[in-house]
Amino acid sequence: MKPFLEVKDLSVAFTTEDGKVQATDSVTFSLNLGETLAIVGESGSGKSVSSMAIMGLHNRHRTDISGEIYLNLDSGAVEINSAEEEVIRKLRGNQMAMIFQDPMSSLHPYYTINNQISEAWLLHNKGDKKAARARTLEMLDLVGIPDPHKRIDEYPHQFSGGMRQRVMIAMALVNNPKLLIADEPTTALDVTVQAEILSLIKDMQKEFNTAVLLITHDMGVVAAVADRINVMYAGRLVEQGPIDDVFYHPAHPYTVGLLGSIPRVDEFHGGRLKAIQGQPPSLINLPTGCAFRERCEFASHVPGNLCATTRPESTEKGANRQSRCHLSIADIERISAERSAK
Amino acid sequence: MLKYVSKRLAYTVLILFLLTIVVYLIFGLLPADPAKISCGVHCNAIQVAGNRHRLGLDIPLWDQWWHFIQGIFVGRNYGEGAAAFHCPAPALGYSFPNNECVTTVIAHAFPYTLSLAIGAFILWFTTGIGLGVLAARFRGTWIDKVTTAFVLIGGSMPTFILGLLIYISAFMLHWIDPIAQGVWVSPWTDPVGFIKNFIFAWISLALAFSAIYTRLTRSNVIETSSEDFIRTARAKGVTPRRILFKHNLRTSLAPLITNAGLDFGGLLGGAIITENIFQLPGLGEVSLKAVLQDFDLPLIVGTTLFAATFIILFNLIVDVAYAYLDPRVRIK
Repeated sequence: MKPFLEVKDLSVAFTTEDGKVQATDSVTFSLNLGETLAIVGESGSGKSVSSMAIMGLHNRHRTDISGEIYLNLDSGAVEINSAEEEVIRKLRGNQMAMIFQDPMSSLHPYYTINNQISEAWLLHNKGDKKAARARTLEMLDLVGIPDPHKRIDEYPHQFSGGMRQRVMIAMALVNNPKLLIADEPTTALDVTVQAEILSLIKDMQKEFNTAVLLITHDMGVVAAVADRINVMYAGRLVEQGPIDDVFYHPAHPYTVGLLGSIPRVDEFHGGRLKAIQGQPPSLINLPTGCAFRERCEFASHVPGNLCATTRPESTEKGANRQSRCHLSIADIERISAERSAK
Repeated sequence: MLKYVSKRLAYTVLILFLLTIVVYLIFGLLPADPAKISCGVHCNAIQVAGNRHRLGLDIPLWDQWWHFIQGIFVGRNYGEGAAAFHCPAPALGYSFPNNECVTTVIAHAFPYTLSLAIGAFILWFTTGIGLGVLAARFRGTWIDKVTTAFVLIGGSMPTFILGLLIYISAFMLHWIDPIAQGVWVSPWTDPVGFIKNFIFAWISLALAFSAIYTRLTRSNVIETSSEDFIRTARAKGVTPRRILFKHNLRTSLAPLITNAGLDFGGLLGGAIITENIFQLPGLGEVSLKAVLQDFDLPLIVGTTLFAATFIILFNLIVDVAYAYLDPRVRIK
């Protein structure tokens, strides 16, 4: 059985006044139905650009996209980058849907909840407004909006942030999409509400057997919901693997850094949180060699000048695991152990 | 909502009331003497005094104002004996240079101003929004550049130059008849004659406004298109056309309603330059003549109040329309 989503060598570049910005470079991954894949990375690492490319939301005239994105539908495979805009439009909101970071601004301020969710249903289904309203009501109930009969005719500004994100989820799932892309769905919400929204996404996934692509920079969120993780840095996937393997045996120094920067209640020793030194590089004219080497604490352990001269290719680092590092997992663990011993 | 509107209407009355005081004060402080001006060059002191009495200017300013306020509610009598004249309520005074009640003068002039304002408004509103949407939709292409040029020229040329250019061109081409121009033709009995009378004035007035509306529409549509809720609409598969008309335009045009209401309301008080160029005896012409030529206080007060009423009224209409368009400002 083929995975539902296959991304092969996806590269997205924007031409700006300062030069060509290579937002993503040779991104390859796949995602099965019922599975949650988290894409993690700093701002500007290419997470959102990748997800927008999958939705076919980039302006083709102003973006330079190469590679392939396959959606393996029941009716056959569709390749997003080469498909007609009208074909993709019919898939959007129907086979693949998206929820965004800021539920405050992602809903139209002038239309009622019913109007907005019904529109999403009516676009992809044969039926009248009455049927759309019934479906909307059903979805609002499903995502846990209290008193949906009353709230269905209210406007977004009458809802709290968490409730608005529930509305967004209801709208995204109204047509039972096979793929749900959640772009930082909890970043703008209160911590207590974050957990509720994550468990709602989990529940909805079980209900509809959806493939979920979760974009985030929050490792805590990843640990809570993801099956697999893709770590992105400077437009490239630097590490891929099952969640437990990556968390316990990271195969890239950047992942080590990300994991080290999580505040932990059980290991608090009164010291400062460890941050990754430096800033991510500019995506215009990336230097040769490894993009992370300037910030890498492991680079001095790589023999020769390899990190500066050779850009590491994505290599197998165990079962279902890949990383772009000249060091092996064993090397990284050994060096980490030596460091903490000091 | 009803409570809010009635409250605002009460405020309107209060503002107009205060406005009458201000206009009377300004008039009282002016150095010119209307009794002397309207009497003529060869009047002696006695004749001027008689004239002052006839105009009702021989009593204190405060009493003049009070008579004016009374007149609005009960009407007023002017003159004595055979020359006696009655202005029925709501009387805004008697215009001696015109030998008519102020309300009658306004009633004669207003159809010109109203026709000018409505026609020009329809023209500039439709072309402004249409061009603005086009320019935004085809941003960066030649369509955008042509509209930008139009905005620059239309927006930066003063009305008196633009109006004159249009008038002279139309005259040279025999499209405009200076003798027939300005004679009232009813739009109900002779729509073609009516349009002939006004079309060039409409165009000249609309050009400047439409440039502003094009620019506003273009920038609003472009700004809205980068809003998150537009991205949401695209993500749920809404067609580009529907995104423009349903999701974008409603948000982009709401602020334009404010401009439209205030501009239109302002025009109902008279478009002085355009009326003057195109020989339309509307409120602008009447006010101009009352101020510059006759020093006709009752008429100045009347036209000022009349114009102010529209401005305040359209402020209210704009607020109500905005609440209707944007649920976030709806009054509970």
